[in-house]
Amino acid sequence: MLKIENLTKRYPTGDLALNGVSLEVAKGEVVALIGPSGAGKSTLIRTINRLVEPTSGRILLNGVNLPSLGSRALRRARRTIGMIFQEFALVERLTVMENVLSGQLGYVSFWRSLIRKFPQSIIDEAFRLLERVGLEEFYDKRADALSGGQRQRVGIARALLQNPEILLVDEPTASLDPKTSRQIMRLITELTSERGLGAIINIHDVPLAMLFVKRIVGLRQGEIVYDGDPDGLTSERLTDIYGEEDWTATVRKKGSDQEEEDNGEENDDDLPQAAMSLSRREAAGRQAGRK
Amino acid sequence: MTGEARISRRWKKAPFIQNPRLRWAIYIGAAVYLVLAIASVEVNWTRIVDGIPRGIKFVGAFFTPDFVSRWDDIYEGFVESLSITGASTVLGLLISIPIGLGAARNISPLPVYLVCRSIIAVSRAFQEIIIAILFVAMFGFGPFAGVMTLSFTTIGFISKLLAEDIEDVDKEQVEAIRATGSSWLQLMNYAIQPQVAPRLVGLAMYRLDINFRESAIIGIVGAGGIGATLTTAFDRYEFESAAAILLIIIVIVMGAEYASGYVRNKLT
Ligand SMILES: Nc1ncnc2c1ncn2[C@@H]1O[C@H](COP(=O)(O)OP(=O)(O)OP(=O)(O)O)[C@@H](O)[C@H]1O
Ligand SMILES: [Mg+2]
Repeated sequence: MLKIENLTKRYPTGDLALNGVSLEVAKGEVVALIGPSGAGKSTLIRTINRLVEPTSGRILLNGVNLPSLGSRALRRARRTIGMIFQEFALVERLTVMENVLSGQLGYVSFWRSLIRKFPQSIIDEAFRLLERVGLEEFYDKRADALSGGQRQRVGIARALLQNPEILLVDEPTASLDPKTSRQIMRLITELTSERGLGAIINIHDVPLAMLFVKRIVGLRQGEIVYDGDPDGLTSERLTDIYGEEDWTATVRKKGSDQEEEDNGEENDDDLPQAAMSLSRREAAGRQAGRK
Repeated sequence: MTGEARISRRWKKAPFIQNPRLRWAIYIGAAVYLVLAIASVEVNWTRIVDGIPRGIKFVGAFFTPDFVSRWDDIYEGFVESLSITGASTVLGLLISIPIGLGAARNISPLPVYLVCRSIIAVSRAFQEIIIAILFVAMFGFGPFAGVMTLSFTTIGFISKLLAEDIEDVDKEQVEAIRATGSSWLQLMNYAIQPQVAPRLVGLAMYRLDINFRESAIIGIVGAGGIGATLTTAFDRYEFESAAAILLIIIVIVMGAEYASGYVRNKLT
């Protein structure tokens, strides 16, 4: 479905961020992209929807070469590519609902979006998504009144309302606590499998990536140095990607992590209800912290 | 550390001009210039002495302001000034918004940016009075020249500050909306407007305030409004009427100041 061929990006400053990257993501396949800071992970996913213009190479989404598109065709292509950000990137002075509905901007006319008159079917879908991410009560809250975990859920709902075929996810958990991180990663991977979505997830937390994602791609200085399953990620491979370090604590001990996750007591908070009460607790915690 | 008897090192803030010779040359040069400049001002002492009683009379007039004898003129002048203020603020604001968008480098292509920045530069280059004199020459005496003048200067003010505010918006929010496949107008409405709207309203209020004060001044050069009434009063040595006008201006400016402060506080 997504096929990247020989992608190169050199920033005007001279930094060679991507150096001949080739990568294929099948329909419904989720890929975790790991690598040290500055390896080019963000650059790679941003060249796909052309928030960053690639220098050379091809990016084929269902056979369409994205770098060659004119601005109109690019906007159409962007509709099918959902994006989730590290800092959530919600428009803070808009409400939760407006933020979610902005996922439909590529489909509705300017006039409709200006007067916030979206088709009823879209509004129904937006409510369904908010419920799915556990925030159905929050639709009229302003986005800047939410906690980090709640914001990321809104970000996910916004990306999904685009009805995308692929998700680009840039460090979705880097601003969240460990537990919320797991919940968000679980939510993203569940939603991708429910909807048969492909995804590229940039992530620094290697154990977390190994926990939820079956294919790991390692990037170093703009080049792919690992592409395989989590079990293949040995100390040597991690050294290839990140450099010399004691990796024994990171490398997976045969299957142990997996079971722990599957039997984990926190699985229950995937239910919207539980997620809701958790969100409330988060909010309460924030308020208490302020006093 | 090894030595127990550490020598304390002295520290003094380095002077702004490093070279001591150059520094003293500049200080002495500045002093000489100041003395010569003051000496060169011609003071007409007899004229000043003549003027003192008139000044005293004018200050005295503030204790006996005359709102009545010229009330019709005063009333008309204020209505005209307030109309000029409102019309020029609204017109200026409407023109400022597209120019401000164009002058923000992060959302506009370079040619548009350069054109809009040039318009702002021209609008800001001249003081209101100079533009008023020009427009009075072009459109004749009266409030129309006043509206044109203040709209023109409003454009420079609001567009520039709006553009700077847009250049400071959170980039990620803009990228997120762009990534949904939105059009340029939708991007403005969903990503830019929510971020800059409160400040834009604040700027508009502030400019309303400025435009009222300016409308009183540009009337003096013939651009209509209360300024014209004020000069007429002075020309006729009707200090009591002039004092009445000034008192009303002070009250209105204070009211506007208070109101705009209140609205701006409500918005943040
Ligand atoms: N806008 C830019 N202009 C110039 N150089 C850039 C820009 N963005 C990134 N770079 C450079 O490109 C390289 C890759 O950066 P990128 O942000 O893609 O790395 P990353 O893998 O996402 O890092 P991190 O894990 O810290 O987010 C770095 O050397 C960086 O300095
Ligand atoms: Mg990054």
